[in-house]
Amino acid sequence: MEVTLTDVEPGRRPATIPGLGRPLRAEEMVISMGPQHPSTHGVLRLELVVDGEIVVDVIPHIGYLHRCFEKHCEHMTNYQQVIPYADRMDYVAAMSNEFGYVIAMEKMLKIQVPERVEYIRVIMAEFSRIISHLIAIGTYGLDIGAFTPFLYCMRDREHVLDIIEETCGARLLYNYMWIGGLSHDVKPSFQKQVREFCTYFRPKIKELNDLLSYNKIFIERTANVGVLPGDVAINYGASGPVLRGSGVNWDLRKNDPYSIYDRFTFEIPVGKGLKGKVGDCWDRYMVRVHEMEQSTNIIEQAVDQLPEGDVQSAIPKRIRPEAGEVYVRTETPKGDLGYYIVSDGTASPFRIKVRPPCFINLSALPAMCRGAMIADVVAVLGSIDIVLGEVDR
Amino acid sequence: MIAQELHDLLKTTFGEAILEAKIDGVLDPFVTVAPGRIAEIARFLRDDDRTLFDSLMCLSGVDLTKGNLAVVYHLHSTKRNHKFVLKAVVPAADPHVQSVASVWKMADWNEREAYDMYGIIFDGHPDLRRILMPDDWEGFPLRKDYQVPEFYNGMKVPY
Repeated sequence: MEVTLTDVEPGRRPATIPGLGRPLRAEEMVISMGPQHPSTHGVLRLELVVDGEIVVDVIPHIGYLHRCFEKHCEHMTNYQQVIPYADRMDYVAAMSNEFGYVIAMEKMLKIQVPERVEYIRVIMAEFSRIISHLIAIGTYGLDIGAFTPFLYCMRDREHVLDIIEETCGARLLYNYMWIGGLSHDVKPSFQKQVREFCTYFRPKIKELNDLLSYNKIFIERTANVGVLPGDVAINYGASGPVLRGSGVNWDLRKNDPYSIYDRFTFEIPVGKGLKGKVGDCWDRYMVRVHEMEQSTNIIEQAVDQLPEGDVQSAIPKRIRPEAGEVYVRTETPKGDLGYYIVSDGTASPFRIKVRPPCFINLSALPAMCRGAMIADVVAVLGSIDIVLGEVDR
Repeated sequence: MIAQELHDLLKTTFGEAILEAKIDGVLDPFVTVAPGRIAEIARFLRDDDRTLFDSLMCLSGVDLTKGNLAVVYHLHSTKRNHKFVLKAVVPAADPHVQSVASVWKMADWNEREAYDMYGIIFDGHPDLRRILMPDDWEGFPLRKDYQVPEFYNGMKVPY
């Protein structure tokens, strides 16, 4: 049994700290950051082992928001009921969570969905990438000390939320993508609204760059901070902007295409180390900014090609997959979201395991923070862009 | 490399450690391996030039019922661009699997999660603690025979 900090009387040092694996040295101190710290993006607790201002090690403690997602799934009476729960994992980009799940289930049930559904899903998934990155960028500025970009990001985000709200009636948690189709077709004015948004949004990205990305203070806080080399990032299983920020050209939409992503032309932005080393916080940040541009391109192409059709024609009346298992991963704003679904032939899931990108990206946090200053931990954590709803599930 | 070739390669290299394989008729072909040798198999698959599985996509615990638990490894190679699935089946009464955290860092937290939810002991893991549930939680919640406790730390849990 290890001795924890709370077990020893005040003023005396514990033998070891769980997770550190060695006794504390005389010059080291343990600082608890969170779970209510404003920069931990939710309820995350970090135990910082510090030597003066230098961070020697970071021990993340998670699970404060654990809601037994996987256990609940096993108790659902059918597969469709999982979707509202999947929404609540990454709640700032709920569409992408649904997308992965419905693709996995359609692969299992061997359903071919109508073209129109595919296009609307791609548009919604890219919208969710934009709104997720806007939150990531806005709150990142907030963490570093820039308040204004947050308001600008929230303003732009509102336009997307309005479009989604008109489509499915909800602003945050949609239950929109169903197995085999969609809950609602889009409104007749949808294409016009989307085009208007794209025209509106492009100049706003430039505005954001002028305001935050190339701001001298911002660059000094983020460049050369929290460097994660590419091979280390792959070994940690990092994905999404964290992996691409490390200079690895890897995006499932290109490298392992799902849905209809192979029909669109877009680029994969990667970190190039323009302001510092490859894989620093600025690179990770900048990948998100460029991804928003690319998402806008995809949305424009998709909305131009949007075919007519019935969005509910392929929805199965009764969902009862054969016994078997499937693993499907999709590229969400945070990284690879994988669903491992095991069916035993009954109407309720036998096992649903989620591979949450935030959880795995967060496990690389100690590697990025060692040797940094305490204030840099805030910068590094913000650049990973975690959502605790997904980390803890 | 396709699944059949991967299976043959593993079979010739590790022989008896490869217990069972299902290549055809399933969505993701898989191979069941001996839980006591998973680490060396994993290291081989990562380092061998023919396989180069540098990324572990997903590590899941599964309760197979009938007294068995399983650990499922979804592998992917970013250089060769192929996928493979490994499984290790262990008895629920004494679930010991070798840890692959030294091969892929990604396994570190995922093995902790599998331990937390299923009680699978990963031998050689650097820091096997609960990760999502509280440290003093009793029982392993995702096991199929798990009973929701009436009391937590002496407090009655209302349902």
